[in-house]
Amino acid sequence: MKTFGAFLLFLSSLVKRGESPRILLNRTIDEAILIGIDSVFIVAVVSTFIGAVTCVQISYNLTNALIPRSTIGFMVREMTILELAPTITSIVLAGKVGSSIAGGLGTMRITEQVDALEVMGINSSSYLVLPKIMAAFLVFPMLVIVSMFLSILGGYLAGSLSGALSGQEYITGLRSDFIPYNITFALIKSVVFAFLVASISSYQGYFTEGGALEVGRASTKAVTNSVIAILIADFVCAQLLL
Amino acid sequence: MIEIHNIHKTFNGVKVLNGISGNFESGKMNMLLGASGTGKSVLLKCIVGLVKPDLGSITYDGRIFANNKLDIKQEIRRKIGMLFQGSALFDSMTVNENVEFPLRMLSDMSKNDRLDRVQFCLKRVGLENAGNKMPSELSGGMKKRVGIARAIAPNCTYLFCDEPNSGLDPLTAITIDELIKEITLEYNITTIVVTHDMNSVLEYGDNVMFLYKGHKLWEGHSSTIMDTNVKELNDFIFSNRLMRDAKKVDEIEAEERQEDEQRHEEQR
Repeated sequence: MKTFGAFLLFLSSLVKRGESPRILLNRTIDEAILIGIDSVFIVAVVSTFIGAVTCVQISYNLTNALIPRSTIGFMVREMTILELAPTITSIVLAGKVGSSIAGGLGTMRITEQVDALEVMGINSSSYLVLPKIMAAFLVFPMLVIVSMFLSILGGYLAGSLSGALSGQEYITGLRSDFIPYNITFALIKSVVFAFLVASISSYQGYFTEGGALEVGRASTKAVTNSVIAILIADFVCAQLLL
Repeated sequence: MIEIHNIHKTFNGVKVLNGISGNFESGKMNMLLGASGTGKSVLLKCIVGLVKPDLGSITYDGRIFANNKLDIKQEIRRKIGMLFQGSALFDSMTVNENVEFPLRMLSDMSKNDRLDRVQFCLKRVGLENAGNKMPSELSGGMKKRVGIARAIAPNCTYLFCDEPNSGLDPLTAITIDELIKEITLEYNITTIVVTHDMNSVLEYGDNVMFLYKGHKLWEGHSSTIMDTNVKELNDFIFSNRLMRDAKKVDEIEAEERQEDEQRHEEQR
């Protein structure tokens, strides 16, 4: 409870005596480029293969001759949009972006760069952390959309190449019973996960004390706590929004 | 001038500062002297506002700093320059950007004016050609000099240096000390230097405050520090062989002078 209270106080410090909107905007764009561009490759690889594996495994389990093969496409789409794209992408980003945020802030803390900002009269938490959270809000949904597209494409390629189903059957499955709200649901989840990953990782990094060993520990804790928070939030979102 | 009165600070039940009071004059090198773990850096952090004292007052030219309203603290902070022990340069920025940073954040100067000021400050510390380098490409001494340039860039009135020559070779350490002294005199800045280097104290220090286990045990001008009767300070000063040998030489010379004087008197 004490840690949760400290976390809430930390969040409130982000908006107290913040920097000018111009500085905030510039910093957010810089952070968005760092988080987004650097993560596209890993998100693309993971999403494509997850889509492919999902397609192959559904095909393996779908042995009933009465169920049309196009159901595979339908299931890949539903699993991708509802769960795999937002959750797996966010977990991957928790590992990559979360550890990078915690490590970066932790290093700044132990090398007195955070103190240097404070001495200059700059609100270090607002200057350093708020742009990261805002950048995550911006970038996570974009990456989730990329992930959805590539995951479905991965399923298509795997299905066609393995002969599990034809491309036409796959597309028929994709187009059947589409509920647009599912996309909205996935994007809402991605924003929630973005906040959790960026804020938890920043909190772990910002309050690092000690040396290089503690920076490593902060990074590990940032990833672990972010992943746990994502999974809990995933359940809560599913309960509340579906 | 910076005045501190009755500063107390405790961390996890351990008393780190115990009623420290004193004045730090402008245009002077005010040295905070003491062994490691005596509370020098904590006192410095209390003075600049990085650590909140449990008790006591801090005033900058008569204006209360600790426990004052945030906007007044911010106003005072904008006149503060600080050189950190590890320089604390921003890793992701070039030297030019590091020095420009406080100007960009805290002033309304135009881009050209800022760049002129950056060039002036870097020239002042002898690094006018290092502007495009990253901090990782600099030596320890160069980092300290960039740290000084960044500290003086916004025309600071108060300069704080936390062990400015730690980790440097003796020649570079002297260069850094000289630079801080010159800047202090040139701009009539109130400078406080945390150090445990007796060479800095004797060569460049004006006023010295000696801390021991969170207490102020001695305060005075650096020229009188060798004549003190405070045991802990004497132990500190003469802890190394060089200083002990120098003391012995001094004593032998004093005895010889005394004998010469006696001989002269007898001859008369």
